[in-house]
Amino acid sequence: MLTKRIIPCLDVKEGRVVKGVQFVSLRDAGDPVELAKFYDEQGADELVFLDISASHEGRETMVDVVRQTAATLAIPFTVGGGIRTLDDMKRILRAGADKVSINTSAIERPALIKEGSDFFGAQCIVVAIDARYSEEDSTWMVYTHGGRNKTTWQATEWAKEAVRLGAGEILLTSMNQDGEKSGFDLALTKAVRGAVTVPVIASGGAGNAAHFYEVLSEDVDADAALAASIFHYKETSVAQVKEYLRGKGVAVR
Amino acid sequence: MKVGVIDYGMGNLFSVEQALKRLGCDVIVTADVNELDATDALLLPGVGAFPDAMKRLADTNLASYLQKVKAEHRPLLGICLGMQLLFDDSDEVSLTKGLGFFKGSIQRFSGEHEGKQYRVPHMGWNELVVANRPAWLKDEAQAKHVYFVHSFYATGMDANELVAYAEYHGIKVPGIVTNGAITGMQFHPEKSGELGVYLLDQWLKGVAAC
Repeated sequence: MLTKRIIPCLDVKEGRVVKGVQFVSLRDAGDPVELAKFYDEQGADELVFLDISASHEGRETMVDVVRQTAATLAIPFTVGGGIRTLDDMKRILRAGADKVSINTSAIERPALIKEGSDFFGAQCIVVAIDARYSEEDSTWMVYTHGGRNKTTWQATEWAKEAVRLGAGEILLTSMNQDGEKSGFDLALTKAVRGAVTVPVIASGGAGNAAHFYEVLSEDVDADAALAASIFHYKETSVAQVKEYLRGKGVAVR
Repeated sequence: MKVGVIDYGMGNLFSVEQALKRLGCDVIVTADVNELDATDALLLPGVGAFPDAMKRLADTNLASYLQKVKAEHRPLLGICLGMQLLFDDSDEVSLTKGLGFFKGSIQRFSGEHEGKQYRVPHMGWNELVVANRPAWLKDEAQAKHVYFVHSFYATGMDANELVAYAEYHGIKVPGIVTNGAITGMQFHPEKSGELGVYLLDQWLKGVAAC
């Protein structure tokens, strides 16, 4: 039976992990490769690196991080942030990443999804969607540029279009829930999961192990769940979340 | 041990190369048959579409080289698309003949089972169930799951050649196949954590023993 995936996300700036990760056991908690190894040992099923570097040099550093991670880890990982062209995808994937995640650049030029998918295969192309509920539209709308700009796309419609163009997976972040630690956005996740046939990763709002159960259990049925701060700040661990899920009868690795 | 990773332009070879190096192998990544001839075992990787891959193998004469490898009983491991290429044919894009080392056809997951839709691609960690244990895979491993990511799978194969499978919506998805010196793995052992490393290691030890 296919298991549900737990995915820690690391924000990397100029080659260093940001958000003040608190692991006393690590020699260098700012080193993305060391932190990746730590999560691998904890039982993480995949990792996501989000490159928030602003500079060209920072992006070049990310390629080194990817190469070192691929040389060290034996689990898959995705890299997002600053990927705007097929050449950007090539640099990251050839350095050893398994998937690239695109967000704003896919909205601005949807053909990028198809170009990446045709060249590398759909399994390499993750489309990340930042969604916020709009009272005005009575549904979830897609935002770009880290949540600053509202688009005219409904989340479910954009998800369908992204899959039609060749996205192999959807990384769905609820902007309403992000950082709230009050649980994933179950209604949003369910709506998008029902709209597409590719796997959906739920993101935004994880505060404890029970929240993972809610979003991965049969009713909502997300394929994977992603979290950052609760793992970094040791509020819970990947191993504890998996133990909890196992106890609830959810298939995990 | 020296392993030749066959570079025919399909997919990312860095991870598999690193995994083999971590297991103590000398690794060369090449399309040159003379260099490949000077190795103890060959690895056929692959990510992408079946027809493109077969065309590249044919254009570079690697398809005929692999027939020679089979005839000479040299150890060969196909991974993911590299495993699918070892079968008779595939209906990905358009019906295309494969290398024919295993009986069977590569087909797309239908995406529907008993009236219910399921996810395609088959992506993530699935439990590997052993059907027939070959000589190279002696012991039970602690870990149970390996990482799959694929939309096509092998059908109609000879049951004796099936080593292990994963259950996915009523389908026993062939995960490891073996026929003499030829082995295939549908999942990515280089991305499958503890069990993936173990399986690669066992395969290499099996190669060393023969």
